[in-house]
Amino acid sequence: MKAIKKVIVWAMLACAPVFAYASGGDVHLDKAPVNLQDQASLQRGAKLFTSRCLACHSAASMRYNRLHDIGMSDDQIKQELELPEDVKVGSTMQAAMDAGSAKMAYGVAPPDLSVIARSRSADWLYTYLRSFYADSNRPSGWNNTVFPNVGMPFVLADLQGTQEAEHHDGHIAKLVLKEPGSMSVEEYDRSMGDLVNYLVFMSEPAILIRHQIGWAVLFVLSILLVLLYALKKDIWKDVH
Amino acid sequence: MMNLLKNLVGWIDARFPLVSTWKAHLSEYYAPKNFNFWYFFGGLALLVLVIQILSGIFLTMNYKPDASFAFASVEYIMRDVQWGWVLRYIHSTGASMFFVVIYLHMFRGLMYGSYRNPRELLWIFGMIIYLALMGEAFMGYLLPWGQMSFWGAQVIVNLFSSVPFIGPDLAVMIRGDYVVSDITLNRFFALHVIAIPLVLVLLVGAHLVALHEVGSNNPDGVEIKKHKDANGIPLDGVPFFPHMVVKDGVAAVAFLMIFSAVVFFAPDMGGYFLEYNNFVPANPMKTPEHIAPVWYFTPYYAILRAVPPMFGSQFPGVVAMGVATVAFFFLPWLDRGPVRSIRYRGPIYKAFLAAFVVSFIGLGYLGLMPATPTYTLISRILSVVYFAFFILMPWYTKIDKCKPEPDRVTFK
Repeated sequence: MKAIKKVIVWAMLACAPVFAYASGGDVHLDKAPVNLQDQASLQRGAKLFTSRCLACHSAASMRYNRLHDIGMSDDQIKQELELPEDVKVGSTMQAAMDAGSAKMAYGVAPPDLSVIARSRSADWLYTYLRSFYADSNRPSGWNNTVFPNVGMPFVLADLQGTQEAEHHDGHIAKLVLKEPGSMSVEEYDRSMGDLVNYLVFMSEPAILIRHQIGWAVLFVLSILLVLLYALKKDIWKDVH
Repeated sequence: MMNLLKNLVGWIDARFPLVSTWKAHLSEYYAPKNFNFWYFFGGLALLVLVIQILSGIFLTMNYKPDASFAFASVEYIMRDVQWGWVLRYIHSTGASMFFVVIYLHMFRGLMYGSYRNPRELLWIFGMIIYLALMGEAFMGYLLPWGQMSFWGAQVIVNLFSSVPFIGPDLAVMIRGDYVVSDITLNRFFALHVIAIPLVLVLLVGAHLVALHEVGSNNPDGVEIKKHKDANGIPLDGVPFFPHMVVKDGVAAVAFLMIFSAVVFFAPDMGGYFLEYNNFVPANPMKTPEHIAPVWYFTPYYAILRAVPPMFGSQFPGVVAMGVATVAFFFLPWLDRGPVRSIRYRGPIYKAFLAAFVVSFIGLGYLGLMPATPTYTLISRILSVVYFAFFILMPWYTKIDKCKPEPDRVTFK
């Protein structure tokens, strides 16, 4: 069901997110605007991913040249993603920072993100990336409403700006943008939509062709079904 | 050309019972003509077995049974192996679909009394296949080496450590280590790809030989062998080839369409066929908040949790779970009804069977859920219903008001 949902084109959410908290503490997740047909969005997501996430996270199962599937040529991959000289397009995506130093810096080794959209849902990622807020009680200075006490500092603060939590009855009622970043709210939401769109693709590159092949298989089987059924009718016609 | 073929068959037949085997098991093996929908699932189970063996062979060529590489090698299959993702989804879907068809196949047996004399041994072979299949699925589930693989195996193997006296040693013997580790992964791989498949194939062979010896039951539960024509052919039988082959063929294609729909459109089936948490690599240092087995084990898992620990031991729950799976073996001797088929049974049997189905599905659902007090209470009630179906069977099948069986099968 999750897979079917992934390919449904969701309307972009126009309004800024409002974080409502159920009494049980379950976090409300916003719908991620996943659209795997939108190559431009996937490519923008790939650029964001390689420039921002790959500094600390790896995607060790993903090869750069798999981006051919979203319409990028080898030259585009090299230039637009600014691959270092020693990295070939056939290489897998390795983090710039090694896991050991990352663990020293953040307390936890940043997880590999190859299949992150399959263990966390697209909606979770989309909401998480938009739910960082300044928290002076945390070593990094940042916290997150979707992933409380997360080890990751908010590396996209220059884009989104700084959100702060507004408390109500001891709970976080909502996040308010105190200091704007280089992007407007709409631009930032769209960019995170692109990034999550890319993460969904990266978690299962075959998702781009899976459905087409599925229809072809079902078509062939349905013809076989009709023929076999006719044969069965014929062979059984004398059985009374 | 025809002559050449005839000579070839003659040559083989002088050295191998080709024609006589063909006749005995296909062209002159007679199956009841009144088979309904429920009779498709045996053949479909055989089809899934073949699918699993074939897809499994190709997965084995690319999978690495090593704790450091297993998770990554599955992703390698999903991305870098040509059509690897199709193979992997076929195999993972096949695992769940195997249990779907086996549960429906077993339910057919319950409805039409297929386990009754003279088919007791046929039923027992089938039950051993079912147990072997559970082992096969359990060990296969460790191989992707995700969090659920690891912790699921950890929980299940730990059950053995609750056995009095020998428990802890037994658990170490199964794992080959004090925790589930690379050693466990290697031995589960060996058992999953060769030992249990061999047992399964041999048992399926025995199941079929036993079936062809006694002949199939049918929805009316009456023997077609009682009424034969002058040539000794059952009047209500149709030859397996071509009649049953084309009929099962239609079902097989329809089944493959459903199977393909899962493979290509919903391979994780909302987290039931492929659990989301299993896309996180196994981490022995981090226990997931909620460990749920795959759906086909959850009825038994719910029974396990429903039984409270006694004398500080989980063992009673483990015993209950074991008895729940093994109880089916005794059906041929528990059932005292004068008729086989549900069509001619009285209302009491129907009510008990319905309650059993409700308890099985209900427990399956509860086994997926966290054990809250309410859920535990419902699990306990449903567990009692589950066991009552078996324990009370000699009594309620005897007092039930059955209708008279027809002399011949009903066929429209």
